[in-house]
Order: sequence, then structure tokens, then C-alpha cells
Amino acid sequence: MKQAPHLPSLRLGKPYCSLNQSKVLDYRDGSVRATLSQVNPGVIRRDLKEVGQARAALQKFSTAELLEISRQAGEFFLHEELPVGEAGELQSPQEYLETLSSTSGLPHIMVRRNMEKIHHALTHMDTILNGLTRGLDVEVLDRGYGEQSGSPVCFHPTTKALGLVMPSNSPAVNSLWLPAIPLKIPVIMKPGKDEPWTPYRLMQAFIKAGCPAKAFGFYPTDHEGAADILRLCDRALIFGDKSTTDQYAGNPGVQVHGPGFSKVLIGDDEIENWQDYLDLMVASISDNGGRSCINASAIIVPKYAKEIADALGQRLGPIKPLAMNDPNAVLSGFANPKMAEWIDSAIDTDLLESGAYDATAPYRDGPRQVKAEGGTYLRPTIIACESIEHPLANREFLCPYASVVEVPQSEMLDKIGPTLVVSALTKCESFKRELLMDPRIERLNVGPISTMKISWDQPHEGNLFEFLYKRRSIGLAA
Amino acid sequence: MRLEIVSVMVSEEQIKHAANDLDQHVEEMINWHFSPESGCPFWLNWAKEQDFNPLEEVRTFAELCDKFPYFEDEWLRDLPNKVWVPQAFADRPFNIFETGGTTGMPKQRIGWDDFRIDYTAFSKTLNDDHFPRDHYWLMVGPTGPRRLRLAIEHLANERGCSCYFVDLDPRWVKRLIATQQFDQARAYMDHVVEQALTIIKNREISALFTTPKLLEALAERRDLVRAGIKGVFCGGTTMDRQYARFLQEEVCEGGKIGFVPTYGNTLMGLARNHPFGPENDYSIAYYAPQPRAVLRVIDTDSGKPVEYNHWGRVELTTLTKEFFMPRFLERDEAIRREPWTEAPWDGVAEIRPFGAMEKKIVEGVY
Repeated sequence: MKQAPHLPSLRLGKPYCSLNQSKVLDYRDGSVRATLSQVNPGVIRRDLKEVGQARAALQKFSTAELLEISRQAGEFFLHEELPVGEAGELQSPQEYLETLSSTSGLPHIMVRRNMEKIHHALTHMDTILNGLTRGLDVEVLDRGYGEQSGSPVCFHPTTKALGLVMPSNSPAVNSLWLPAIPLKIPVIMKPGKDEPWTPYRLMQAFIKAGCPAKAFGFYPTDHEGAADILRLCDRALIFGDKSTTDQYAGNPGVQVHGPGFSKVLIGDDEIENWQDYLDLMVASISDNGGRSCINASAIIVPKYAKEIADALGQRLGPIKPLAMNDPNAVLSGFANPKMAEWIDSAIDTDLLESGAYDATAPYRDGPRQVKAEGGTYLRPTIIACESIEHPLANREFLCPYASVVEVPQSEMLDKIGPTLVVSALTKCESFKRELLMDPRIERLNVGPISTMKISWDQPHEGNLFEFLYKRRSIGLAA
Repeated sequence: MRLEIVSVMVSEEQIKHAANDLDQHVEEMINWHFSPESGCPFWLNWAKEQDFNPLEEVRTFAELCDKFPYFEDEWLRDLPNKVWVPQAFADRPFNIFETGGTTGMPKQRIGWDDFRIDYTAFSKTLNDDHFPRDHYWLMVGPTGPRRLRLAIEHLANERGCSCYFVDLDPRWVKRLIATQQFDQARAYMDHVVEQALTIIKNREISALFTTPKLLEALAERRDLVRAGIKGVFCGGTTMDRQYARFLQEEVCEGGKIGFVPTYGNTLMGLARNHPFGPENDYSIAYYAPQPRAVLRVIDTDSGKPVEYNHWGRVELTTLTKEFFMPRFLERDEAIRREPWTEAPWDGVAEIRPFGAMEKKIVEGVY
């Protein structure tokens, strides 16, 4: 077995081995799969004073060149050996997949799907930028001004660097920051504690493709360091639970990516056909191990809640952990078993409040939290709630979890609250209009589309271009 | 400039000699503090309640450790200052010094000349290139009722220098952080840093005494080398190996500014540091000004020193004519290090708050 690599910090591209190191552990046996250089916050503050050089290095490239670099980086990411570790060790795609799986608990099949998503994002970056900029000619970004739809436009960057405080839950979340590079904005990142692999590999892929190494800051650090990234980068993304994200709500420089509370809504006109949508509901709840903010965490229906909950229970309840390399694996292990314990106990505690029951329990042949395949897992859980006010009706957990709640169609939009993705199963024009006008829905799927389906040419969670660039009026004398 | 660490093995003879000096000093101090003509009321009364007579049974440091229980810090908080006045000092008013950054009634130590004696001795360890004589110093840190303020001024004076001061109230910072008022804490730190930068800009300063965090903040706002700073004398909060390396390599620009970390407090005086750098992975070991103070790293269950290079609780014994404080358990833990030629007794390294690995410790921005 290979020795666990040491991942250095990247100080504007330069590897730096800290004397403080953390361990990235196998989620099953706790063996060390990597050590990470943990930098003191002063290192980040010091480097941020020089970040203008990183931006200048990116500005030497045209956007078209950076799009080509992104495309090549995508190919390298998916297919090539890339450096991992201070000693220049190389990591093959398969080694990346297996290692990430061993520390995140994601089965191989899910890591593979995430790799493909990231590959798709990098190799279709032109489409993504087109969507983010609504068709802006990329040369406008090189010149700083130009025309769009016959009108003069001028854009200036809002920051010298994009700060990132990343989560550990799902590798594909990294696709959110990728457009920053062709947009010529360096990234300053604190990686997730258990998932340094994907951002490090992505940075190495970009560098191998010809992107200036200076464009990348990779800083495993503590809370103070994370807070400094958010405070000192004029634009930053943070991922976290509600308590984390509440702290930065209302800060225009920080885009908060918290729980999605994504939902499937069935209208009055389609509710009699609910059985036709079972596959869609199952996929929305359980794809990617139920770990994404775009996984459905509530099914809102005008009637048949008990029947739907029972049908979902029958489909999801029997699902068990499988071996990591089993292509049929649906569940992910927990890198932090205490998180699984907390979720399990939170659900049980809230079930003590009347008006809800676990519809998966009759089909699960055992407890929700299980030790299997050497790790800790939570089996799928469907909770039938009598009211949307029940504490379990609008919750999100890091596992296949959803509530099924009856709400009259006329009240649905008032009651669902902020929702990242709504898949609305309706053909009713007036309901569709109401959905289209609702400001609390970030992405709207009308018709039988899984909540997990995203469009790369449309931002579903904030628009990175609008975050990193601002339009201003311009006049140029002839 | 790369730091050269010359590793010279300390000899058994040196260690033995230092241990003998310590034993002689212990005997002298026991005689002083437990004799009615020179001792203070506290220890004279305390001795009456014990089942041993210190004057007869404690002649060495080992016997002191064996006979005396841990010093109870509440005594310094709860008892009137006068119980600590040795008879020999009865006709002189005393200074009252308070300890660090806790809230509530602080621990107090009284004193007369100790801080001068301690810091005069320490001055000999400073090098004239980084701490030039006949110039100006700036202290940015806790002043107020602390011994440090007078001690630093004395140290500067000892070297022919005068010292400017910018105060920082650590008790307020701790309160801000404990109540999660981080913005206020940052604003207060900015306020302190701005005052210091104003002095640095408008006066000729060659040496700084400050805390690691404040040093970092100053360097983020001003190029300290270009500002004329030649030496930094730094203490007050934890410096792990990475932080020490960062301060040395980057903030002090690899030796352009002499970086002298120290470990000290009102109860001890000042422990000097063993040279550190890549050769010893930036592990800073401190050596107490023995025989006036003794630091041990102990297992609190057995009361015995831990093995070399193992972690344990820091225990301080202060042995001066003004103040006798046997076996005080500091709120710190450290690694026990081998004796050094310049200080042939045990050192304490990589000091951090006791239990730092198990719980969150409020150390603050200072």
C-alpha cells in the first residue's frame, strides 16, 4: 500500500508544508489516507496582500484561452495522472476515485458520477459562461467593454479573488467555483476537512493545462482562517448548515450556500397520477446518496400523503449499504459517525411530537443507523407529516430523507418557504404562473424532471458572473 | 539571515553544578522565608499547621517538591497583600502586580526589586545588534497593574534606552471574545495597532515588546524592517511551532528583525528561549531564570516530572527573597526538554493552554 501523501498548502500556487498537519481518515477504519498542511491565518492574510499578482497572471490570458485551458483541465481531471502530495507523487483517476470514496464514504459509482459532472462543467465552460453572462461575447471581458444585444456594456471585477470555504459532502460542489478561472478571478480556498482531494486535483489539472499556478490558493486552516477568507476577499462563497449560513445572511460580499430544502410539488390536476411519478420522487430523494442541496427533502401534495409516503417507504426502506465498489450502491457512509448519530437522534426526537411517523420503518428491517461495510450509514427515511408545521416537515439531512405533507395547492407556495429546486408536477396554467412568479424558488422544473437535474447553461444557485463582475455605464470619446 | 543553531551538548558536570546551586538557593530561601526575623506572616503561620518543619526537613529542591503541596492560587486572590510581606521588607512600601487576563478578583503579587533583578539578568541574553543600546523601545501590550510594564521599562533603561507604551486591556478582549463580539474585539485590536503605528511613524523605535498577534497585525499594516525595527521581544500567548516559524520567517523576515520569544508572567519573571529554527522544527523551549524560578513539566497525578520530550503540566516554583511560591500549577502544558548549555536544567517547550487539545481556550486577539 502506498504511503499516505502529504498535501501541502498552495500559497498562490507555491506548495508550502506547514508544521501543523491534520489527517484525512478512512471513514471505515480510521486509517490515515493523507495529511494536510494546516496554515495559520496570518499566512492567508499575508498572501492576500499579494493577490493582485495572481489576478494579473490570469489577465495575461484571453477568456478564450482560459476556456480552452478549462477544457483541457477537464480532460486531465477525468483521465490523467495528476500530482498529489508534496513529493510530486502522481494520482491516477482511479486512485483519486478510490481514495475520495474511502474518506468521504461516497460509493465509487457516485464519485464517478461526480467526476463526470465536473468534467462536463470544465469541458462545457463556454456554455456555462454563456448562461451566466446571458450570451455576452467573451471578448468583452478581455477588453472590459463592448456591446451586447446592441447596447454598450462595460464590466469591472468586484474583487481581486474569490474566497471559498468548501464543504466535504459532495465533490461536484466544486463545479460552482470553476467559472472563476475563465472569468480571470483567482480562488482562495479553505477545502473541506474530509475532502481536499477534488479541489487539489482540479487545481493541478488547471496548472497542467497551462493556467498560472498563482491563481490558486489552497489553505487548509482553522475557523479564524476561514473567517479571514470571507472577510478579506471582497467576494466569497461559503457552504454550511443553517447556523453557519445565518451568520453571513445579508452580507452582499458572501454568497451563502446552505441547505436547499428542495421539493417536489404535485398539483391538484396531477395528484391522481401520483404513482406515475414515484420513480422521479425516489431519484430526487436518493440520488447522490441524498447528500446534495438539490435532493428533494419534502414532497408536497394536496392529498394521498399517507399513500405516497407508504409507496416511497416500500421503495426506499429496504435499501441497504452495499460495498463501496458495488455499482448499485445508493447510500454513502459517514466520514464523521457522530454526524450520523446526531441525525438519527434528531429524527427520533422530533418524531416524539405527534403528527408524524416514519413511513420507511415497516420496510427497513432494522434501525435507521447501521454499521455496515466497515462504516456508519443512515438508511433512507420518509416521514409522513400531518402538517407542514411539524418540525420534520421542512428539514434536510445528509442522507436520503424526505417528508411527505398534505397542503392544499392554493396554500403551497405560501408555506414551502425558500426552496432551491422545485419540481412541480402540474399542467395547470394558473399554478404554473404562480410558480413562475414566486421569488423564493431558485430553480423551477415544471413537469416530470428530477430535482437533481440541473442545467449547466443556467445558474441554479446564484450567478457567479454577476457576483464577480458589475456592470457600469461607460462613455468613450471617439 | 539564516538562524544558526550551534548544538553543544551540556555536560553532566554542568547539570550537577546547576542542581547544586539550586539546592543551595533553596536552603537559603527556606531559611529566609521560614525564619521569624525575615519571613512573611503567611508562610510562618502556614508552617505552624504542617506536620513537618521546613527549616529542618527541606534543604534541597527535591525535598521541597516532596514536602510542599501545590501552591493554591486562591491565596493570592483572597488574602490581604500584607500577609506576603517578608519581615525584612516591612519598612518599604511594595508594588502590587496583578496577573494576566482573567476577570473577577485578580491574583496579586507584591514586590520590591525582583522585577529589576530579573530583567537586568535577562538583558544579558539580548544581543546588541537587534536590541541596540541607547535608543528607543515601544511596548504594545498589557500595562496597567502588571509587572510587565515596569519590567520592560527597566529592561529598556538597563540598555540605555527609553520606552514608549501603548496599552492593551486583555481582560476586555477576553470578555469580548467570550461573548462572541468578534467585531468589537477586532476594532479594539485595530485601535491598539493604530496607536502603535502612530508612535512607530513619528518616533525612532528600534525594539518592540509585544504579543504575537499584535506583532502580526503591526506587520500587516507596516513594513517593520523599513520602519527601523531591529528586534522584537514577544510573549503572552501560545506560539505553536508553525506560528513561531511564520513569525520568524515571514513577519521578522528570516532574521532581519531579531525575534526573541519569551515565556513569563507576574509570578515567575522571564524565561529565555533556546535558539530555534528548522533544525529543531521551530520548537521553542524556554528555560526559567534558575535558581530564582524553577519550571518543571509534571504529571499532576504523580507530581513527578514526565519523561523528556513528553507533554505534562507546567509547574512553577518561585524562590526569591521577596516571594516564595512553591509548586504553582500554571494553566499551561508543555513538552519537557533536556538541559541546555546556557541553562543546564530542564526546559519547557511548545507551551499551550492546559487542555488545549480537548477544549476551546479563549486566548483572544492579543
